[in-house]
Amino acid sequence: MPALPAPTIVPLPGEGPVEILRLLDGLDAPTLWWLSGYAAAQASHAGGAPRALPSAPVREAGPQERLTIIYGSQTGNARRLAEKLARDAENAGLAVRLVRADAYPQRELKSERLLYIVISTQGDGDPPDDARGLVDFIVGKRVPQLVDLKYAVLGLGDSTYPQFCAIGRRLDARLSELGAARVLAAGDADVDIETVATPWMEQALGAARDTLKAVAPRATVTALRPHVANAEWSRERPFAAELLVNQRIVSRDGARAVHHVELSLEGSGLSYEPGDALGVWPTNPTALVDAVLDTLHLDGETRVTHAGETHSLHAWLSTRRELTRLARPFIAAHAAHARAEDLNRLLAPDRNSDLAKLLNTRQVIDLLREFPAEWNADELVAALRPLTPRLYSIASSRRSVGDEVHLTVANVAYEAFGHAHSGAASSFLISRQDGGRVPVFIESNDRFRLPDADTDVIMIGPGTGVAPFRAFVQERHEAGARGRNWLFFGNRHFHDDFLYQSEWQDALRKGALHRLDLAFSRDQESKIYVQDRLREHGRELHAWLEGGARLYVCGDATQMARDVHEALADVFVTHGGLDRESAQSRLSEMIQQGRYARDVY
Amino acid sequence: MTTTPSHLEDIKAASRFLRGSIAKGLADPITGAISDDDNKLLKFHGSYQQDDRDLREERRQQKLEPAYSFMIRARLPGGVVTPAQWLAFDAIAREHANGTLRITTRQTFQWHGVIKRRLKPTIAAINASLVDTLAACGDVNRTVVSSANPLQSSAHQIAYEWASRLSEHLLPNTRAYHEIWLDGTKLPSSGPADHLLPPAGEDRSERPAVAHFPLGEEESEPLYGATYLPRKFKIGLAIPPTNDIDVFAQDLGLIAIIENGELKGFNIAVGGGMGASHGDPTTWPRLGDVIGFVPPERLLALAEGVLTVQRDFGNRSQRLYARLKYTIEHRGLDWFTREVEQRLGFALEPARPFAFANNGDRYGWIEGDDGRWHLTLHIDAGRVADTPGQPWLTGMREIARVLCGASSHVQFRLTCNQNVIIAGVAADDRAAIDALVAQHALDAYRAQSGIRRHALACVALPTCGLAMAEAERYLPELLLKLEAQLARHGLSDAPIGLRLSGCPNGCSRPYLGEIALVGRAPGRYDLRLGADFRGQRLNRLHRQNIDETEILATLDPLFAQYANERSTDEDFGDFLLRAGVLAPEAPRTIPATVIA
Ligand code: SRM
Ligand SMILES: Cc1cc2nc3c(=O)[nH]c(=O)nc-3n(C[C@H](O)[C@H](O)[C@H](O)COP(=O)(O)OP(=O)(O)OC[C@H]3O[C@@H](n4cnc5c(N)ncnc54)[C@H](O)[C@@H]3O)c2cc1C
Ligand SMILES: Cc1cc2nc3c(=O)[nH]c(=O)nc-3n(C[C@H](O)[C@H](O)[C@H](O)COP(=O)(O)O)c2cc1C
Ligand code: SF4
Repeated sequence: MPALPAPTIVPLPGEGPVEILRLLDGLDAPTLWWLSGYAAAQASHAGGAPRALPSAPVREAGPQERLTIIYGSQTGNARRLAEKLARDAENAGLAVRLVRADAYPQRELKSERLLYIVISTQGDGDPPDDARGLVDFIVGKRVPQLVDLKYAVLGLGDSTYPQFCAIGRRLDARLSELGAARVLAAGDADVDIETVATPWMEQALGAARDTLKAVAPRATVTALRPHVANAEWSRERPFAAELLVNQRIVSRDGARAVHHVELSLEGSGLSYEPGDALGVWPTNPTALVDAVLDTLHLDGETRVTHAGETHSLHAWLSTRRELTRLARPFIAAHAAHARAEDLNRLLAPDRNSDLAKLLNTRQVIDLLREFPAEWNADELVAALRPLTPRLYSIASSRRSVGDEVHLTVANVAYEAFGHAHSGAASSFLISRQDGGRVPVFIESNDRFRLPDADTDVIMIGPGTGVAPFRAFVQERHEAGARGRNWLFFGNRHFHDDFLYQSEWQDALRKGALHRLDLAFSRDQESKIYVQDRLREHGRELHAWLEGGARLYVCGDATQMARDVHEALADVFVTHGGLDRESAQSRLSEMIQQGRYARDVY
Repeated sequence: MTTTPSHLEDIKAASRFLRGSIAKGLADPITGAISDDDNKLLKFHGSYQQDDRDLREERRQQKLEPAYSFMIRARLPGGVVTPAQWLAFDAIAREHANGTLRITTRQTFQWHGVIKRRLKPTIAAINASLVDTLAACGDVNRTVVSSANPLQSSAHQIAYEWASRLSEHLLPNTRAYHEIWLDGTKLPSSGPADHLLPPAGEDRSERPAVAHFPLGEEESEPLYGATYLPRKFKIGLAIPPTNDIDVFAQDLGLIAIIENGELKGFNIAVGGGMGASHGDPTTWPRLGDVIGFVPPERLLALAEGVLTVQRDFGNRSQRLYARLKYTIEHRGLDWFTREVEQRLGFALEPARPFAFANNGDRYGWIEGDDGRWHLTLHIDAGRVADTPGQPWLTGMREIARVLCGASSHVQFRLTCNQNVIIAGVAADDRAAIDALVAQHALDAYRAQSGIRRHALACVALPTCGLAMAEAERYLPELLLKLEAQLARHGLSDAPIGLRLSGCPNGCSRPYLGEIALVGRAPGRYDLRLGADFRGQRLNRLHRQNIDETEILATLDPLFAQYANERSTDEDFGDFLLRAGVLAPEAPRTIPATVIA
């Protein structure tokens, strides 16, 4: 059955909230409860055409009066038992849902009331493969407190193993640690499974009867409470978001590290829409700050007052000044300090391209090393450019992740001039530990928004450009949108950097993604890029666009965006019978109408 | 007990003679895998989908699918390979696979780590070397093994010829293989050299495998039928006194009866098999029963008879009980023999006397009765690879290069003990080979302990999807520790048969090991003891689910006792029984209800 939306995750557009509050005003609990059930039923009908209100209040069982049975099983024993338990409970007239661990939507855990887990132990005290994710989650630090939860665990094992029923026992202990109430002592079933399992399941059934009888339907309308984007936080007053997950998502052979980063917005009241970006305030790498201090023979402890603010020089360089990005004014100042004529000449109007090259390939430290000079602390702070936050496309939909925000971060790290270099924000994010804090703000982007639920979307996002489309696909699925979703993704190697591969496969299976075309540039002799795939599938692409599909491009601005644009023009020429000019103007027109949106960097 | 056909039976029935949607799956760019159902069918084509289990958890966290790749197994009757073929296989291993050749316990080659988009070109390349992979796996007759016996060259030739004929004769008839891998083209295949083949026109199932259907002709499986066999079916042919193929572990074991150089016929052993499941008393390893004798001209008919009885009576609802051994256990040996004789239309002659000396390999040069020379080299766990200090892949390549020039008698023979024999060498060519062997450390066997020379290990981790514990990768470590113990008891040269399997399926035939470890979980094994050295007595479970420390602690006193109390030439397994270390096992009674 489709899950009820978790509380507080649905920011309703425009006037919606107010109206709804007015409507709800003064309704009694049972009616409110019925309404929420009705809404859930609606949501479950994949945004189907609005149906007339049923005359009699019909509703799906909510967590309050439902028993959820989760099983983790390698060779089927735990599954078999879980299925039996579910059958018996059903026959006893209880509302039950039975889920395999890897199919269980983890964010629903906090809204469960009665949960039974049947799980075996594998390997050397490991979870069965299908339960690894859930066990990680429950023993991990992101799991919410579960004070309202009643539960019981049936573990399966083999007592000849040192770690007998380790997993069942671990979950049982952990759940009570999280404040949940154990309705029945954990069962440790040995290879003669039934001996323990049968009596355990009888008791479990009894306990379920009592528990579910007890709870009267309570109304929780939190799901309908409108979400006010909290003005408290801003670019200037960033929210210190806790880092929940920092996971490399390219293989060990992948040349360039890309990390999936999950941050918690809990309590911030911050809200975002798919298409928005997250602003991140980095801290410069300590090693880099020290390198600058050493090169200039300056003392980090020196107090420096600038524009009314006083900090140690070290603090200025760490969190208030750019060290990884050069700017013209600093080059000018440094040229003067270093009496470096050739550097100075670069600033001449006719040398722009050379200057640009310098800006793109050198960091402050490179300049300091190449053109030695005397600087005192005050001058340096005054001359360096203030640190600016970096933006990252948000890779998640709040409908699907609740109070979290996910990013897809490519590590900027390279060798130059005999030294290792790294990017400020990417290295900052990638080196954060779980629980670390990251100063963030929401940078909304109204030019990169999903269309209405019925419109098809074509998403072109090679490399980290795929990030916003992860949010798009999550959002469209949660919203039950009926429009089709077509994604073009590319990278170097299928084996190493097929970002979110397993999630896309899942989305295709669920029908959340309708089409996925891939371009891995280095898996064959001749390079293949997304633009080649666009041409290859030009006919369908053109048909989709003629049918009103929206087009989105995200990722590298320097090469990709341009090549893709050209390929799109070709598609209109080849399949739309347009000449080059009109093809180009057709594209500009689509951009104007917001039917062709780009978010490139 | 259920009688509804297992899911796999439905898959086979719906597969249109093993096509399924394999071709479509190969073309799907979203995943490096193919569908579960197609995987079942792919086996019949000689390949298994696998994934690198070392990386499984890491890649799950990286949101990447498992590192899928494919294992390919050649159908190599009798394990015979020409030098040219060796060179081709070596190139394939380095270009398409993981850079190693794996000699299996059924004397053929496996390539590991072939990724999906390379699968078709790789199988095509194998066929281009006149070897195919059809029916190397799957519910059909598998590659037929035969004694690599270097002693009696003429006898070996006879055995090899019959192994080849059986293998060709029992091949599936489907064209799916050529459609999917060879774009429908026909290639001559492996198997007997032309002079072995009957003149065209005769029994068409004996013409070379991949060419044996006139195109356009209505497709059918006269021998197997649309659902093939209930389970895998294995034939092995032994030439006493060598039981290097473990003839009693075969579904159909053939014991060549040779009297002064002339082949009289074959004793027939049926119902052998190793696989069992931990803690499941309804499954067990079983040695074949000798039910009679047939003269050579009746061998093909006999094989068909045994195979079709299993086809018609084997359990098709529970694969766990689908092997011939269970069909026989359930319905009785007499019933089985009668059923076969009925189909043959004649009674089997009584079995002739035979005697096996042992089931190991003999290393070094041996002169055959034809005056040609045969060099048996020991390959640890059958893995031909270049490793530090042991450039074996390169070494064997160099040797193959040299031999390409030599006479047509020269061939490589893979053995069921995972070793290789360079066979049919003229006396004058020996020196050249010795040089290369020494240069590439392939003469390691000279200095090896008795236990190392007689150790087998299955593949297990990281490629085997069923492995519960390490085997091939653990063998070197384990041997060092065992050798240290044996040395302390002065047993370094004692030939002791050690067999290591990563799970109870028993791919290294562990139940026939004097000492055997059968994997239960990472680092934990069942310790089994007491098989004989002739492949005629199963060992027994001695200690359950123990780790290395306990394994060594258990064996050390037994080695000590063996060193002190053994009588001359008494094998370790035999000793353990005589000394009463192992109780003779109670005969098994089988709950018939669970089978059929
Ligand atoms: C390569 C080899 C072991 C080796 O180290 O050499 C092997 C490897 C595998 N065997 Fe085996 N078996 C191999 C000889 C055997 C033998 C020995 C023999 O036949 O002499 C046996 C015991 C005899 C028997 O069949 O009873 C054997 C009994 C099994 C079984 C259990 C079958 C049963 O009915 O009990 C399985 C599992 C299954 O079939 O379900 C299996 C399955 C497998 C698979 C394919 C695992 C799988 O099904 O996914 C293994 C692939 C591992 C890998 O990564 O390569 N393998 N397997 C041998 C290849 C033989 C060949 O060239 O055809
Ligand atoms: C709207 C928007 C969305 C974005 N979304 C994402 C996203 O989803 N994922 C993502 O990873 N990034 C994204 N970015 C880019 C991101 O904002 C940062 O620019 C990027 O992470 C690099 O920042 P940094 O602080 O790590 O490196 P910086 O410290 O800003 O830059 C490093 C310095 O090194 C130089 N440099 C970098 N590479 C080399 C090289 N190979 N050789 C020589 N010099 C080099 C650069 O010119 C720069 O001067 C997005 C940008 C925008 C504007
Ligand atoms: C490879 C392997 C490792 C195992 N390891 C353990 C273990 O460490 N501890 C334990 O209690 N049971 C262990 N077991 C036993 C299983 O938990 C037991 O067979 C259980 O019934 C399997 O249930 P399932 O079919 O639902 O997975 C192991 C089983 C296998 C096959
Ligand atoms: S015995 Fe088990 S682990 Fe070893 S290869 Fe066979 S199936 Fe794999």
